[in-house]
Amino acid sequence: MLRVVLAEDAVLLRAGLTEILDRSGHRVVAAVGDARALSEAVDEHRPDIVVTDVRMPPGFRDEGLRAALELRARHERLPVLVLSQYVATAYATQLLGGDGRDEGGLGYVLKDRVGEVSEFLDTLRRVADGQTVIDPEVVRVLLAQQTAARPLNRLTPREREVLGLMAEGYNNQSIAARLSVTEASVVKHSSNIFMKLDLDPAEGNRRVLAVLAHLRGGAG
Amino acid sequence: MSLTDGADPTAGLAAEPDGADGTDGVAVPDIAVRRALGRRPADFLFSAWPLRCWLNLLGGALFGLGLLLALVVLVSVGILLSVVGVGLLVLACLPLLGIPVARVERRRLRLVQPLRPADPHTPAPEEGLRRRLRHRFTERATWRELGYAALLAVVFTGAGLGVVALLAFSCVLAATPVVVWALAPETVMIVPGQAVPDPLSAVPFSLAGLAGVALSAYAAAWLTVGQVWTAWILLAPRKDPENRRVIELTRSRARLADAFEAERRRIERDLHDGAQQQLVALTMTLGLAELEMREATPEAAALVARGRGEARRALDQLRDLVRGIHPQVLTDHGLAAAVAEVAQRSPIPVEAAIDLPRRLPPLVEATAYFTVTEALANAAKHSGASRIGITGTLVDDRLTLLITDDGRGGADPAAGTGLSGLADRLAILRGRLLVSSPVGGPTQLRVEVPCSA
Repeated sequence: MLRVVLAEDAVLLRAGLTEILDRSGHRVVAAVGDARALSEAVDEHRPDIVVTDVRMPPGFRDEGLRAALELRARHERLPVLVLSQYVATAYATQLLGGDGRDEGGLGYVLKDRVGEVSEFLDTLRRVADGQTVIDPEVVRVLLAQQTAARPLNRLTPREREVLGLMAEGYNNQSIAARLSVTEASVVKHSSNIFMKLDLDPAEGNRRVLAVLAHLRGGAG
Repeated sequence: MSLTDGADPTAGLAAEPDGADGTDGVAVPDIAVRRALGRRPADFLFSAWPLRCWLNLLGGALFGLGLLLALVVLVSVGILLSVVGVGLLVLACLPLLGIPVARVERRRLRLVQPLRPADPHTPAPEEGLRRRLRHRFTERATWRELGYAALLAVVFTGAGLGVVALLAFSCVLAATPVVVWALAPETVMIVPGQAVPDPLSAVPFSLAGLAGVALSAYAAAWLTVGQVWTAWILLAPRKDPENRRVIELTRSRARLADAFEAERRRIERDLHDGAQQQLVALTMTLGLAELEMREATPEAAALVARGRGEARRALDQLRDLVRGIHPQVLTDHGLAAAVAEVAQRSPIPVEAAIDLPRRLPPLVEATAYFTVTEALANAAKHSGASRIGITGTLVDDRLTLLITDDGRGGADPAAGTGLSGLADRLAILRGRLLVSSPVGGPTQLRVEVPCSA
């Protein structure tokens, strides 16, 4: 059971999300409609995870995202799952670039994913466990953006596939299951990737951020 | 290079300050010298202004003297030769002398007034000396300029020489002690019959001289104010009823564009808050239903899953629609981010390097964004390019976008509605679109938009 603070300004979606979370055994300790209330709720309830919308009042720009970044600076290891109405790599970049630390899970997924309830709950759990989960659509766009850039061209299509799944926060075992290959070959692929991208493979969960940092570096 | 220029109907009036409407004739801008005169005397006298005004008057006086001489010569020659007939021609063309004089004066006065009046003349017909002359003679500006030339040659030259003479005399007076000491004690006479005995007793004259310098500085400044004012009244374009209508039309067009833009943003917000939310909520409910049914009635769960997929597709379509109206990322993150997003969706690889120090006015952002999307769509449809480069910079409050592809070229702005529509949208912002697309490529679009609020 996860204790969740939920921030979403649209009443309809707030109710929907609350229902989904409550029905699946989690507990929404506070459901708020703007960024300030979110900060206060987190300070009061100390939840296991924060789920927040990007756009919220009063400016309807990226208040939720900024509140999430601020909360992560204030509360160490606070997992945050950001929901976005549309694919914006700018948001993902902002979120992941916010702090270099990888303590506490971080997630950025599209709101549409919530409809795939079991996958959404899976994402929620993984973020709460401290993993980083980026929406496949965002990863796809980030990778597509990179096809013209230098270092990723060195990767084989299979390696790129593995990198994509890695960026979504899957571990070697799940990647192996998804691609129907042995875990040993995934390990081989990932060490190839790290080698080709000049990354240190010893850094565990940090690898996702490293990969994304690398993608961003190539993009800029 | 073919050119689709968002012709600026107010170009001839560009130097006019805003907020000058409602008055007849010209709006004289804030005169810089007048402002300097408002300072404390010490601040004014030790600034560069007195020097500038003296130089201005001296220059004007010399120019005016030359002009006077030219007038005298031309009139005499004209009268003398009038018997032959050529003289009449000279006399007849004399009024046109004001035109070059005015051109010089508009430039010369920049010494004391940073903003110079625009040229009031309308373009003359291309061919036929007679028609060109007639055009000039019927313009009121020509006669106003002639009046200014006459004023310059007589009044400003006379007054200017007076001030300069006062300055020269004052300088000499101020230097009396030095002259007495260095040259000839007991011989210099300032008051006739009374020689100055020694440098010390020349000091009062020196003080008088300094006062004279100050006086001439103020006189020069006030005369310059008068001259700048006269120049603006006589040499700047008038707001004729015709011009005023063009300005009003331009402004109302900009207001309309602003209103349209606001409306687009409102529609985007409404769709975001309304239909989009409803659809997302629907997918959530269907997702929950699917989860609940999965165990007991798998067939029903499959149907619900299909329904969810359909809702999802409707959501995607709605999102594409919103993107075409006013993309959210543009509102949230500005032009660079929005162009980066649209570049990602382009079938041709795009390298975008847009480096802007700040957010631009909403209408500029939207127009620039849609120019880029249109350019990318055109390139994808017609160019056969393999890569596209987009650069954006803000220099002197002017946004410049360069969109270059390596395709086959031959884009004609006159042919399609896309490019000329863009030029129209840019023209509202006083921007312009330059298209260079030789057959064989490459195609380059250059977009320039001023961003001053």
